[in-house]
Amino acid sequence: MSWKTLPVFTFLVLVALLATACGGGPTAAPAATQAPPADTSGGAGDTSPIVETVIVTVQVPAPAGTPQVQVQVAQAPGFGETLAAVQSRGNLICGVNGQLPGFSFLDPEGNYSGFDVDFCRALAAAIFGDPSKVEFRPTTTQERFTVLQTGEIDVLARNTTWTVVRDTELGLNFAATTFYDGQGIMVTADSGFTSLEDLEGGTICVQKGTTTELNLADAMSTAGVTYTPAVFDDVNATYGAYAEGRCDAATSDKSQLVSVAKGLLPDPDNHVVLDLTLSKEPLGPVVRHGDDQWFDIVKWVIFATFAGEEYGISTENAEEILNTTENPEFRRLLGVEGDLGLKLGLTNDFAFNVLNSVGNYGEIYERNLGEGTPTFIPRGLNSLYTEGGLLYSPPFR
Amino acid sequence: MQITRPSRSGRSTPFWRDERYLALLGQAVFLAILVLLLGYLARNMLANMRQQGLGLGFDFLKLTSGFDIGEHLIPYDRSSTFQQALLVGLLNTALVSILGIFFATLLGLIFGVARLSTNFLVQQLARGYIEFLRNIPLLVLLIFLYTAVFIKFPRVREAVMLPGPVMLTNRGIAIPWAIPTEAFSIFARFLGIGLLLALLVYLALKIYERRAGRPARALLWACLIFIMITVAGWLLAPAQPLALDPPRVEGLRLAGGRQMSPEFMALLVGLAIYTSAFIADVVRAGIQSVSRGQVEASRSLGLNTLKTLRLIVLPQALRVIIPPLTSQYLNLIKNSSLAVVIGYPELFHVSGTILNQSGRAVEMIAVVMAIYLSISLLTSAFMNWYNRRVRLVER
Repeated sequence: MSWKTLPVFTFLVLVALLATACGGGPTAAPAATQAPPADTSGGAGDTSPIVETVIVTVQVPAPAGTPQVQVQVAQAPGFGETLAAVQSRGNLICGVNGQLPGFSFLDPEGNYSGFDVDFCRALAAAIFGDPSKVEFRPTTTQERFTVLQTGEIDVLARNTTWTVVRDTELGLNFAATTFYDGQGIMVTADSGFTSLEDLEGGTICVQKGTTTELNLADAMSTAGVTYTPAVFDDVNATYGAYAEGRCDAATSDKSQLVSVAKGLLPDPDNHVVLDLTLSKEPLGPVVRHGDDQWFDIVKWVIFATFAGEEYGISTENAEEILNTTENPEFRRLLGVEGDLGLKLGLTNDFAFNVLNSVGNYGEIYERNLGEGTPTFIPRGLNSLYTEGGLLYSPPFR
Repeated sequence: MQITRPSRSGRSTPFWRDERYLALLGQAVFLAILVLLLGYLARNMLANMRQQGLGLGFDFLKLTSGFDIGEHLIPYDRSSTFQQALLVGLLNTALVSILGIFFATLLGLIFGVARLSTNFLVQQLARGYIEFLRNIPLLVLLIFLYTAVFIKFPRVREAVMLPGPVMLTNRGIAIPWAIPTEAFSIFARFLGIGLLLALLVYLALKIYERRAGRPARALLWACLIFIMITVAGWLLAPAQPLALDPPRVEGLRLAGGRQMSPEFMALLVGLAIYTSAFIADVVRAGIQSVSRGQVEASRSLGLNTLKTLRLIVLPQALRVIIPPLTSQYLNLIKNSSLAVVIGYPELFHVSGTILNQSGRAVEMIAVVMAIYLSISLLTSAFMNWYNRRVRLVER
């Protein structure tokens, strides 16, 4: 009798099952991705609540029913905890990009090398006196902040732009800017373009939905240059069209442009990045909120590389200067005089170790992005303040 | 379901075994589950959005967009709103759809008729065209046309001039175009008057035709009058009302004439030829549905092949052709969203940019779906109206 309706009911049940199965996915996913900002923004306002949260949750590590949110807080250490954890572990865990030649890339021997990588090594040298005591953890764009917040890595050195939202809502501290990047414009060498005005009436390839697209529109309207954007969905389409001459120029972060020109385009030598900058992209190592000692260590290790270049202390002469110098400024930096290293929780010779094994900023830059490398990027803003750049170390005193 | 079996009608059946109630119950349960399901999904979405600190609302469409769009039919720049950006995309979609439908219909008609030709070569060529295009994915065709054809054209500085002059470059194709001069306003008045007079004459002759029962060639006279007044206007205007603007290279870009970007051309050509293959089959089916006797009768009346086709076969075939043709038109409009892979700024492409820049995913997708739905429904409505008109011809 009701057999006719049976198929209908069966269908309905199947639909219902399917719906719940599908419905489960979206609920779970956003909750998981949402967790870090929601929680860390709560702790971002004031220091004392963080300490309390940490103590409570560390003592009770993640009961079964606890949402992920609290687990992350539990692992966020308070003052001095990161250094203690690193020292007891015996190595530093450093989050890197891993796919960006010149910044962090696996070389043919299977070792990480690059600009960001060298700052990780400098940090290891400062802590352990040995630049090899570092473990690299490649991270994707999406996960990079989460792994830092959850304590999976100690420091993130992965071409990350310093912005207000990241500094506050994501609960991060940008130690110092190691690379002043900016949005650039790439043109073919034979075009003879040198400025935005030369591109009057031209077409510019740009990737869809990026801040790059907005910066380009801003810069062109400010400069009063009319242009036609050719907007593509992904990296390959954008630079493919550029390579075919569909566009007079392509725009993105300068470091990306250089990387693409050298690695992706058929004629690497026929592309130049114009000497102008459309936007500010300060990149540097990042640590999480809550451990000011660790924040200070990362900051001052970077400053030590700046100071090293300024004073001319490099891997070649560090030992000699250590033994011979009478300059009090040099002596304080290298730890012959005073106890600056101890104040940071390190040894007094931390800066000497950095400069002796990894080298000063100029050496790091030259090694990875210098003229002799395939990923050559002119130093521009990344020069010492004495040479018209932005690198400026506060005094070691 | 409404009729119970006669054998059972005498007995009183308990309602839980009565098929009428069971059927109603089934529908009610289905409806309830559907409502619950939709409610659950909506609640889930809203809860997630609240968690992310987002609300639902369309006010963001009034914000400044901040990005530029390469091709726009209305004035647009970075200080325009998201709403205007959406309109730019919509107009681009409309442009490529209307032109695409026009060329697809033309090509489809030609190849559909050619497919039935008695000439072996013509028939096989048409068959090859149809089978080839029907059996490759449109996305592949579009990417091929863009990356392997239109973008491989010579660079601007080595632009190829075809007679016309038509200019071929990988920045686009430019054809000569007429631009109005200062005398155009006077000429436009003549055009208006001509159109009005032609319309009046046409209506008057139609009425006369109906009264007198004799063909009055209303259309012919109307056209003649319009052409005469247009020519008179052209000659009487103080200066030439329209100037020819040939394409040329100016700095980095093409200037003058009507320029069509490679993205636009690839999309238009791709949509037109892809859909034309399907339309050709629709046309062929329509023509084959007209009985052989009709063709034989018209031939025996002395009509030649073309006249047979035009006067006898096509009017009858249209009845069969229109409904599937409508769905091909709808497909073409919806397929235009594939332009996202070749970067033509049509509705879907622009909405993707807006989505990324505003972060309003749910609202943007809803808006885009609503717009495509409206376009499709409007097209359907028009085609259904036309279908009813064509069907009246049948007696």
